Amino acid sequence: MELKEDIRLMKGNEAMAEAAIQAGMDAYFGYPITPQSEVLEYLTREVPNRTGIALQAESEVAAINMVYGAAGAGARVWTSSSSPGWSLMQEGVSYIAAAELPCLLVNVNRGGPGLGTIQPSQGDYFQATKGGGHGDYHLLVLAPNSVQEMADFVFLGFELAEKYRTPVMMLSDGAIGQMMEKVTFHKREIVKSAKPWATTGKTEDRERNIITTLFIQPEKMEIVNIHLNAKYEEIKKNEVRYEEIETKDAEYLLVAYGLSARISHKVVILAREKGIKLGLLRPITLWPYPSDVLFKLADQVKGMMTVELNAGQMVEDVRLAVNGKVKVGHYGRMGGIIPSPEEVEENLEKFIKTL
Amino acid sequence: MENNEILTPQCIVDGDDNYDLVYEKTNVMTDTRLHYCPGCGHSTAHKILGEVIQELGIQKDVIGVAPVGCSVFAYEYLHIDWQEAAHGRATAAATGIKRCLPDKYVFTYQGDGDLAAIGTAETIHCINRGENIMIIFINNGVYGMTSGQMAPTSLEGMKTTTSPYGRNVHTMGYPLKVSELIAPLPGAFYVTRQTVHTPNAVRKAKKAIMNGFKYQKLGKGLSFIEIVSNCPSNWRMTPLQSNDFIDTDMLKYYPPGDIKVPSKEDLINL
Repeated sequence: MELKEDIRLMKGNEAMAEAAIQAGMDAYFGYPITPQSEVLEYLTREVPNRTGIALQAESEVAAINMVYGAAGAGARVWTSSSSPGWSLMQEGVSYIAAAELPCLLVNVNRGGPGLGTIQPSQGDYFQATKGGGHGDYHLLVLAPNSVQEMADFVFLGFELAEKYRTPVMMLSDGAIGQMMEKVTFHKREIVKSAKPWATTGKTEDRERNIITTLFIQPEKMEIVNIHLNAKYEEIKKNEVRYEEIETKDAEYLLVAYGLSARISHKVVILAREKGIKLGLLRPITLWPYPSDVLFKLADQVKGMMTVELNAGQMVEDVRLAVNGKVKVGHYGRMGGIIPSPEEVEENLEKFIKTL
Repeated sequence: MENNEILTPQCIVDGDDNYDLVYEKTNVMTDTRLHYCPGCGHSTAHKILGEVIQELGIQKDVIGVAPVGCSVFAYEYLHIDWQEAAHGRATAAATGIKRCLPDKYVFTYQGDGDLAAIGTAETIHCINRGENIMIIFINNGVYGMTSGQMAPTSLEGMKTTTSPYGRNVHTMGYPLKVSELIAPLPGAFYVTRQTVHTPNAVRKAKKAIMNGFKYQKLGKGLSFIEIVSNCPSNWRMTPLQSNDFIDTDMLKYYPPGDIKVPSKEDLINL
């Protein structure tokens, strides 16, 4: 009997790996690091009997450069890591962005700085959205808040990467990567875009293809910069994604992504039970950021508060978005501590008193 | 002399049947003027690489990976598909390419700073995995592009801009013999050290590169072609002096010749 839907109970990391196989991945290059080692384990177990390549590299530095080579050769390729390993990849990420190589890059965020902790964190928000590597570039950043979205965003990530010929990042965290939830895999038709620019060997019917990030003359470098920025503007125009929860009549607004958004959803319920008209705006793309909707909501609400598992990073983007129209506060825990909805609600009430 | 005159030597024999064409620039090389200093071995290494690709008829199946260093622009000079990798990461990029395109010929072209300093980990692990690629390793004992700093392969006592009193091996480490270091690895199929400073040496180096391409079809591991080369500019020598220095000094420490060769059984399917 063929099931209409393929429903499984999986960890976020495993769901992501399964999704990549179903999305027709050609290759994955990775290096073990907690809390995302399940990805490499899952793929090295599954791939030999199914499709693609899964290779354990000698370091994250090597892994990201293998991604560079494979993406340049036209493969549907991805890697994943966690914060310290993701830092090691930044050189390669900058090159990949400069060379406009489509690929999927995942950071299952853990607490830092330094070796930090293996517990979940959102401390890499700045690194994900403001650069990370050197030079003028952006990653399109997707932030899942469930195991289901960790799977779904693999399909979406590959699609967007190939559509814009740009690296797409998924910023998850140790909790969503490790927790088990129901996940549904829908039957999909996998379409891979043509890559006439890929280095697959120079046939007689075309000029040679060169993947490079070296533009030594300033005039040529600036042309590349302008080209990249035009693409980023296009992405900003088309790809902003967010979810609004109870915002229609909201007098106060929480802004949170990923795991924090899961907690904040519960805070909305708790606050409304107490008669506080609270809403939640959940950015799904962290870059491009849903600034416009926040700017509009700033006319409606009396104050906004971000909930983040960090010292206050995304709060800067919310403040930029509302441009002083309303007060924007922040509540966060660090070090891998996950606040309870009650704790956040209590601090929301404290924040409301300051308005 | 104009550039186009340099590139079309046939013009002197046009219309004269008394001359035989004895030499022709390989059509795998582009017409782009080489940026290398006069007398530099890179140009010769590029030329024989192009000739081998042409002679094997594999132009449409070759992907090269250029390094960071003097040969960063290698992709300007050969009519093949290229990727330019980050500093030291050429072998990682080549791994990504070869794993996804196993039927293609993949090679890296790297200098000593790129391969033996910043890229040491990638180099050793690529070889240890026995990736079916070829590494062409140009060893001139100095950082050329950044104008003459000490390389991991700089000889003892060698004066560079960062070892101005000569390389002191007690404080700066010993010159690294990469070929000897990697030859024992099971993933290394063919390891040889060549030079391009005499006509005879050029012929031998060309043969080695040809082997490096051919062996990829066997799927038995990596071919490592070290070419001990010169750097007249940063050695502060004339091209001829630098060629002499290769004989008198470089090859004393880096003896030329095959270091690891396949057995007859290994080559039975070639």
